[in-house]
Amino acid sequence: MQELIRRGKELLLEGTVKRILGWKAGDLPYNPEPAFFETEEELKDFIYNGFCGANLSKYMIEAARMEGKTLVFLKPCDTYSFNQLLKEHRVEREKAYIIGVGCRGKLDIEKIRSQGIQGILGIEGAEGDSEGEILKIRTLYGDRTCSYSSAMLERCHVCRGKEHRIYDEKIGESADTRDRDRFGEVEKLEAMSPEERFAFFKEELGKCIRCNACRNVCPACSCRKCVFDGNQFDSAQKANADAFEEKMFHIIRAFHVAGRCTDCGECSRVCPQGIPLHLFNRKFILDINRFYGEYQAGEDIEKPCPLTDYAPEDIEPGEAAERG
Amino acid sequence: MQRIGVFVCHCGSNIAATVDVKKVAELLRVEPGVVHSEDYPYMCSEAGQSKIAEAIREKNLTGIVVCSCSPRMHEATFRKTAERAGLNPYMVEIANIREQCSWIHKDKEEATKKAVILGRAAVAKVNLDTPLKPGESLVTKRALVIGGGIAGIQTALDIADAGYEVDLVEKTPSIGGRMAQLDKTFPTLDCSACILTPKMVDAAAHEKITLYTYSEVEKVSGFVGNFTVEIRKKARSVDMSKCTGCGLCQEKCPSRKAPSEFNRGLNTRSAIYTPFAQAIPNVPVIDREHCIKFKTGKCGVCAKVCQAGAIDYEQKDEIITRKYGAIVVATGFDMIRLDAYDEYDYSQSPDVITSLELERIMNAAGPTQGHLERLSDGKAPKEIVFVQCVGSRCADRRGKSYCSKICCMYTAKHAMLIRDKYPDVKVTVFYIDVRTPGKNFDEFYRRAVEEYGVNYIKGQVGKVIPRPDGKLMVQGSDLLDNRQVLIEADMVVLAAAIEPDPSVREIATMLTASIDTNNFLTEAHPKLRPVESPTAGIFLSGVCQGPKDIPETVSQAGAAAIKAVGLLAKDRLLTNPCTAAADELLCNGCSSCENVCPYGAIQYVEKVVNDHGIRESRRVAQVNGALCQGCGACTVACPSGAMDLQGFSNRQIIAEVDAVCR
Repeated sequence: MQELIRRGKELLLEGTVKRILGWKAGDLPYNPEPAFFETEEELKDFIYNGFCGANLSKYMIEAARMEGKTLVFLKPCDTYSFNQLLKEHRVEREKAYIIGVGCRGKLDIEKIRSQGIQGILGIEGAEGDSEGEILKIRTLYGDRTCSYSSAMLERCHVCRGKEHRIYDEKIGESADTRDRDRFGEVEKLEAMSPEERFAFFKEELGKCIRCNACRNVCPACSCRKCVFDGNQFDSAQKANADAFEEKMFHIIRAFHVAGRCTDCGECSRVCPQGIPLHLFNRKFILDINRFYGEYQAGEDIEKPCPLTDYAPEDIEPGEAAERG
Repeated sequence: MQRIGVFVCHCGSNIAATVDVKKVAELLRVEPGVVHSEDYPYMCSEAGQSKIAEAIREKNLTGIVVCSCSPRMHEATFRKTAERAGLNPYMVEIANIREQCSWIHKDKEEATKKAVILGRAAVAKVNLDTPLKPGESLVTKRALVIGGGIAGIQTALDIADAGYEVDLVEKTPSIGGRMAQLDKTFPTLDCSACILTPKMVDAAAHEKITLYTYSEVEKVSGFVGNFTVEIRKKARSVDMSKCTGCGLCQEKCPSRKAPSEFNRGLNTRSAIYTPFAQAIPNVPVIDREHCIKFKTGKCGVCAKVCQAGAIDYEQKDEIITRKYGAIVVATGFDMIRLDAYDEYDYSQSPDVITSLELERIMNAAGPTQGHLERLSDGKAPKEIVFVQCVGSRCADRRGKSYCSKICCMYTAKHAMLIRDKYPDVKVTVFYIDVRTPGKNFDEFYRRAVEEYGVNYIKGQVGKVIPRPDGKLMVQGSDLLDNRQVLIEADMVVLAAAIEPDPSVREIATMLTASIDTNNFLTEAHPKLRPVESPTAGIFLSGVCQGPKDIPETVSQAGAAAIKAVGLLAKDRLLTNPCTAAADELLCNGCSSCENVCPYGAIQYVEKVVNDHGIRESRRVAQVNGALCQGCGACTVACPSGAMDLQGFSNRQIIAEVDAVCR
């Protein structure tokens, strides 16, 4: 973290960048938030630890409209989102100075809580600097411990690798924390009967409170005006006529980001209701892989997305429908 | 609020027998905006049309819904009616209650319910319709014909004779196509080359026709009247302006191992070659894959012997870009591959051949100089078995479901020619049905049976088993006698199914012309517009549209030509006003629409926009209305709903869906 601050200061003072996009401490020890830093003074609040899961790529849309360059810290998985935004002309490469930061997996406070650890006051060992760390958690009921990996976000267990896809320089070491099959959960869903699957999503999406956090955090949801906020389709924030309309929001959103979603997992991370929203997107990704060959959105900025590209060897629509 | 009139057509009993048309008219009368509703036996008749016009004038209608047949059938008719009555023609919507309702349902109550729903959706759409005005575009007075077989040649000649410039593109080194490979033609048994080569010469000599042989269409953009096409002229390695066609290079070429495409791989040819003696142009090409000079750098014999100095090893592919008003597809056919038909032993036995291979064997310029002989040992066959429908009328996935149409006739021809020339050879034909409709066709087949004693057996061949002594044991069933037959044959000829030339898929994609599941190009209407593609400005000639014999192909080639000429004769075309437009305030600048647009109609510009008082420079999409064909791909690709299609706006589609689901 100190190295990030040191280098940030340097770039700020020499005038290479006008501001820094990073994370600052939040109200609680486990919820740092994205922040712009414009002076050396402000940087005292800068923080980088295991709870800095937030993907900063989307904030670069805003930064692209500001004057001068912005220094942004991107974890390996965040760089996919940045590339995708670059491909869609939503961010400007010349306006970004990218430092690829090391990442050994990020933490999920809910994973700690689900181990029966309540009344959390503070957490030590969340720096994520070295392997095999143990988290020391101070609680109202005394000190507790748990392993770093048992507290990792779901997305880190299916990590897409420690390589940064785009950067100007790199600081820190990264680790590939993948220890699960990325599509295992999707395949479980596919194995269900349609009725079981419907019941599963009805249950999960029934928890939705339409706070829009998933949409607001999603780097693929970068429309100037969301269709759900416009008056084009009478769909703007209206009261639901029935319980199904709530689900429509998520289904439509999944379709809108299909082929552009990099599987960054921010939707599930920020959902206050703990809905596994990434499952929709990952099902689309698996389908795309099956129908058109392996495709990872944001891997580079040249490769066309199979959903908006045509090749003569593409699967026939009838066959795609048959295979479901 | 619109003032909408609803007109429900009985279409005689076509609709009225299955749909309660009175009830449809009555129920639609109360839909929002509807001020007039009536039914009539034939809305498309003059009387029906005057009823519509009268209602428009008397009730000041601002839009109409006609519940009738498919819009493909009469949308244009009713638009004209509306226009004559002073209504903008794009304020007309058709609810298709015939093809999509009465024809496919039996239950009257259900069908009536559905007809009302379809009408309701159309009313919902008219409520959001806005008057549209078509623009105009100029027509480039030049046609492109893709494929230089008999279909392409005939079309090119007919267009050129009408006075228009034509470019004929052929991928092989010579025009002529499949017909050039045939020995004799049915039902007259005249020599194929004798009737084809004069046409080839005519095409080459015609001042309005430019031949591009050994060339392929690489890219197509634009739209009816204004196509821009890139043609790749592959490097011939021979300077066409210098070559005298003396043939010395081919004689001296030391590389002799390349399989001859013209003779279906039954013999070999030199690396520098013209496919056949009467080739046009009579200028060879170097097959760089087989040429020793290109493979090893050493040789150069052809360059040494060429007195004209025409050999050019450095020649490069050339891209020619040209504008055309009309494009005719005449890509023809090939035989299907027989890999999946192991039972006939085609891939193992050299004496099991396809009909097209037999055609080459019987031809004087073929691999055996026209002598009927077995390819394995050169002996004259004494017993020949023909198997019909190999891969045609096939129920399983190995073959084609359709009838290849030409096989019955050419097999009768082969059988007759063999019996005529070699009366001692026994000829047996296994068939499912003999199909010989056509002028003088059945007489032709009867002659084979009655005068030439060809043995026709109704039934299929189950297996061909080669014997060590070279005989082929043909096991088949005789369905009329209800018995199994076993024939000791010397040669087996398979009437393999024909399929569209594989190159058609790529070409159809470039032209955005639709193809069916068998890769045949689809017609705009199977009965009334059989030589036009649904894509405007694209015409179909020959087997690329469906199996055909030569007389049919020539007729269709002429028909395609007159359709193309009809287009080229116009100076201007009205453009479709149902084009896309981007809402600058919603556009993200993501380029999704630009990437999917098949017409290159979308461009991005940096533009200062005023978004509710905030002025800023944004990258936004702009649609060129002259290029846009209204396909709607961009509206689907746009993630933010900024792209919309006039006349089919997102709101209208949603309104229709809402009306259906109400």
